[in-house]
Amino acid sequence: MTALLSVRDLHTRYAVGKQVLRAVDGVSFEVARGETVGLVGESGCGKSTLGKTVLRLVPSAEGTVVLDGADITHLGDSAMAPHRRKVQMIFQDPFGSLNPRQTIRTVLDTALKVHRLGDKAERARQMQEIVTRVGLPADALDRYPHEFSGGQRQRIGIARALILRPALIVCDEPVSALDVSIQAQILNLLVDLKRDLGLSYLFISHDLSVVRYFADKVLVMYLGRIVESAGHATLWRDPRHPYTKALLAAVPSTDPTHRRAAPPIKGELSTDIVSGCRFSSRCPAATDRCRTEEPLLRPVGESHHAACHYA
Amino acid sequence: MSLLAVEKLSVGFPGHTAVHESSFSLDAGETLALVGESGCGKSVTAFSVMRLLPPNAQVKSGRILFDGLDLLTKTPAEMRDIRGKQISLIQQEPMTSLNPVLSIGLQITEVIRRHEKVSRKQARARAIELLDLVSIPDAHRRIDDYPHNLSGGMRQRVMIAMAVACGPKLLIADEPTTALDVTTQAQVLDLLDDLRHRLKMAVLLITHDLGVVAQWADRIAVMYAGRIVEKADIKPFFAQPLHPYSRGLLGARVDVDTEEHYLSDRLTEIPGSVGSAAGEAGCPFAPRCPIVVPACRLAPPPLIVQGERAVACPRVSA
Repeated sequence: MTALLSVRDLHTRYAVGKQVLRAVDGVSFEVARGETVGLVGESGCGKSTLGKTVLRLVPSAEGTVVLDGADITHLGDSAMAPHRRKVQMIFQDPFGSLNPRQTIRTVLDTALKVHRLGDKAERARQMQEIVTRVGLPADALDRYPHEFSGGQRQRIGIARALILRPALIVCDEPVSALDVSIQAQILNLLVDLKRDLGLSYLFISHDLSVVRYFADKVLVMYLGRIVESAGHATLWRDPRHPYTKALLAAVPSTDPTHRRAAPPIKGELSTDIVSGCRFSSRCPAATDRCRTEEPLLRPVGESHHAACHYA
Repeated sequence: MSLLAVEKLSVGFPGHTAVHESSFSLDAGETLALVGESGCGKSVTAFSVMRLLPPNAQVKSGRILFDGLDLLTKTPAEMRDIRGKQISLIQQEPMTSLNPVLSIGLQITEVIRRHEKVSRKQARARAIELLDLVSIPDAHRRIDDYPHNLSGGMRQRVMIAMAVACGPKLLIADEPTTALDVTTQAQVLDLLDDLRHRLKMAVLLITHDLGVVAQWADRIAVMYAGRIVEKADIKPFFAQPLHPYSRGLLGARVDVDTEEHYLSDRLTEIPGSVGSAAGEAGCPFAPRCPIVVPACRLAPPPLIVQGERAVACPRVSA
């Protein structure tokens, strides 16, 4: 069976003044039907750009995006329209992504109208159903975004993504802006929806604990490249790339007797591209080879890849 | 005597009370974490100590004793001498706290020269030392950089350099690493921890991240809807949180130490939202509490001291 989403050697470039920023620099991965793929990395690593490029919200420079068997990389707006239904997005800031002057009914109805789905009565029925499904009160449809709490607004964002019955949802930091007690509610809801509706997720987050809980497969991104990919259990038990190890070590434990080690890497992600391995300037184990020869993503175990000469 | 003792502090805004009769104390050289969700009153508490509340906020009652003197009775001029010299504040977003049109050197020397009689040259030398202290490489060159030349982590280090420039006795850190990446977070918090030991400085660490608390604080005070509901030392707290809200918070967090996965484990939710506390006559957590009884709805339970810890719930005991 073919993957629901197949991304091959994707590049996204932004012009920054006279320079070119390679935000996504040759990324390949697949999302199978019903699978959750987690994408982790620090801010500025290109993970959000990758998500937007997959959705065709940002144009790609090179590479292909195949969705449900169809190559959507170069489709024009009208040819793309029928495919847009299949991939939807949930954003980080549920308030910033809702029009404050539209009721929830208008938000949801617009999506259905644009895709010409159902007559008025059918649309009303679908909207009522989805609002209940995401755990909002039955009278939510005729209220405005400001009348809801942060967690409820994220439920509205989820309802808007689901109303078109997509196969894949790109979740860009869906719980980062929420309080801990609300995060659990939203993650549980996303798990239930996936199980009941057979959804696939591309789950973008900087929070490793959340990705560890939520993803089947994890991609670790650094400066536009995937540096390690593995099943969720493997990655946490046996991380191979020094960057993955550093990320994992940096997450503070809630066990105060479990003393943290000093941060294994120094400095921060910078966009100055160096020759050789992009991580070599921060890597505790970098050698001369790392500074001259760029490591490629290669198999290091079953369904486990890492881009490090010494992995 | 405690360095800082907040006694029965209540702060109101038009239409609602943000902080209800909160009391806590902080000893010299100690890190106390003030933990809670957005809107629980933890930042309002910090701004009350700094006397930097917005004009529409009003301290309704209570005392804030710093070195035995009530900060609430100080004049604005006296407070200006205290801020930056004895008590400093660093905030979540270093980009908005720094002035974008002044070099970082100028901003650090401004603090030094406001509080100490030193020449420009001496102040500049001190600023370079401070940048060294917060591990900014090439301090003698970076001092002339502007905030936009620096990364988020570097900006937060500059904020810390400004905050500790005059050797304050108390540093209030309001979500100091929330805007930073996890690798940078560890570096910045290790730096703060190192500085508090070297400078014998107390830290009031305001955060919503229990992992940060477990690793970098000595004691914790948990706030919910404007009230402190639990106070404890770090180890007993994480071994056995008492208040149902504290337990809920720890249960709802996806913990990095466990192998929880969505296929086998469901996260523990705290139902509802903090908004349900509005209009509640009794315990503010009652509408979301798993062990609520009718008596909880009558009056807010007081914070009862039980040995080394205190909890505002009559239904639990250590």
